[in-house]
Amino acid sequence: MKRKARRDLRNGLLFISPWLIGISIFLVYPIFLSVYYSFTRFPLLSPPSWIGWSNYLELFQDKVFWTVLYNTLFYFSLQVPLIFIVALSAALLLNTKVRGMALFRTFFYLPSLVPIVATAILWAWVFNARYGLLNAALSIFGIKGITWLNDPAYVKPSLVLMSLWGMGEPMVIYLAALQGVPVNLYESSFLDGANWWQRIYHITIPLISPAIFFNVVRWVMGAFILFTQPYIMTGGGPGRASEFYVTYLWENAFDFLKMGYASAMAWILFIIIFAVTLVVFKFGAKKVYYEGA
Amino acid sequence: MYKEKQIIMFKEVNWWQRKYYRELIGKIPVYFLLIAGSAVFLFPLLWMVSTSLKVPTQIFVFPPQLIPRPVQWANYIEAVTEIPFARYTLNTLYLVVLSLVGTLVSNSLVAYGFSRIEWPGRDILFFVVIATLMIPFAVLMVPLYMLFRSIGWIGSFKPLWVPHCFGAAFNIFLLRQFFLTIPRDLSDAAKIDGASELRIFSTIIIPLVKPALAVVALFHFIYMWRDFLGPLVYLTDPDMFTLSLGLQQYQSVNATEWHLLMAASSMITFPIIVLFFFTQRTFIQGISLTGLKQ
Repeated sequence: MKRKARRDLRNGLLFISPWLIGISIFLVYPIFLSVYYSFTRFPLLSPPSWIGWSNYLELFQDKVFWTVLYNTLFYFSLQVPLIFIVALSAALLLNTKVRGMALFRTFFYLPSLVPIVATAILWAWVFNARYGLLNAALSIFGIKGITWLNDPAYVKPSLVLMSLWGMGEPMVIYLAALQGVPVNLYESSFLDGANWWQRIYHITIPLISPAIFFNVVRWVMGAFILFTQPYIMTGGGPGRASEFYVTYLWENAFDFLKMGYASAMAWILFIIIFAVTLVVFKFGAKKVYYEGA
Repeated sequence: MYKEKQIIMFKEVNWWQRKYYRELIGKIPVYFLLIAGSAVFLFPLLWMVSTSLKVPTQIFVFPPQLIPRPVQWANYIEAVTEIPFARYTLNTLYLVVLSLVGTLVSNSLVAYGFSRIEWPGRDILFFVVIATLMIPFAVLMVPLYMLFRSIGWIGSFKPLWVPHCFGAAFNIFLLRQFFLTIPRDLSDAAKIDGASELRIFSTIIIPLVKPALAVVALFHFIYMWRDFLGPLVYLTDPDMFTLSLGLQQYQSVNATEWHLLMAASSMITFPIIVLFFFTQRTFIQGISLTGLKQ
């Protein structure tokens, strides 16, 4: 028996060895490298020189750093609740039983398949102040055009709006969860005289809470690592109004070649994501209902 | 007896009819919302295609016109010559194929080790796998760049496909879920017959998890097709650009050539939509699995 246990351990480790090797080279080693860089001045072309906590101290005095932190939090606190409401409402709608539903589901889901670069370019065109689709739609209602991406007040909400268009993935996750809700629960609540909202709030939401939890964790992270859309559509402008955490990190690393500074930023980002996820998990653990648990 | 049945049937039809009409009327707001929602989601896509077929003079008018007049198919030809489309497609496919082979082989091996063999420490290590999901690429961008730079891989395709040959947390998780559903007895029977783990893996387990591998392959293809940040960090030679990076590079200098940009965007979107229509079932299955099997 002992021989079998040893053999199983050996086989198990052999099978997972690709991952063990991969994680050592592409994760653990870079993490240590990154810690080291964050304490150095490292202009890429000359070797890193140790400067202690200077990068971190400099970051806290960097006005742009606080701006990008503010922008990122702004985006996050607008986008996460909105995507929750829109994706869940769409899933509830797509979960009704009517003819032709397969087609409607496809229509709602299609935008999330569009490659990010194409989405960004398409929406830059939709947001175009003079010839764009959105201002044309508003003009029907007599609303004067907004210069979406060129207006510091509108640029972040614009990016949120665009992200709602591609909310297919959380929507499908909600839809799958909704289909797992037993119908008899609705029937008995119907007999008890519960109205539509009460059924949603007291039956649907608790029962699909694992899916909600999963989506929230993913969107929290997604909001913090937003990069491609502002990089392509606005370049961080106007001014710094759409400069987000990762676009600024990118700028420091690959435009200014301040690798040490960018590494310090990466570490702060990691700590923020870790802290926020911890909060979500703490909160989620209490609220999430697992069947049979 | 016969009469009784008739009465019941009659009653049923009556009831059914009433319910049918009641439901039909109840469904009108649902249809309204569904059609309005579809319009909102589809309109930007329609507009992308419409713009891609317009002559530039028809693009810069307000209010915008949806129907291109004349229909300018030549925009597509111009787009694929202005942007080296064939080159970029080949590059993208090259990366997709190499990384796909690596992804399928490595992740199924690793998932097997995490599900079909019992060994001490397995579940702790699996927890580590899940924990790594919380580390976004953006955090590791700089040190990974430095790592690949020190071995001379910047400007080559290698940083974009080699790491895929070592498993990815999400795929390991997905495949493991499938592997766990296969009854133990199957492996045990083979073991009694003296089959090695590798043999059980390749002749028993792999044929049984083909649907799961299809999900992983599909998601991987779409991931590679859409990936932008990776190519942006690692590729330097314009001849090696992928479609996403190539399109962005073109856009960064020709931001107002909307007819060509929309033609190119349509072209890189089209293959994914076609793929989606052919693999819808696999697709939805995969997405719902990621959310449900926590």
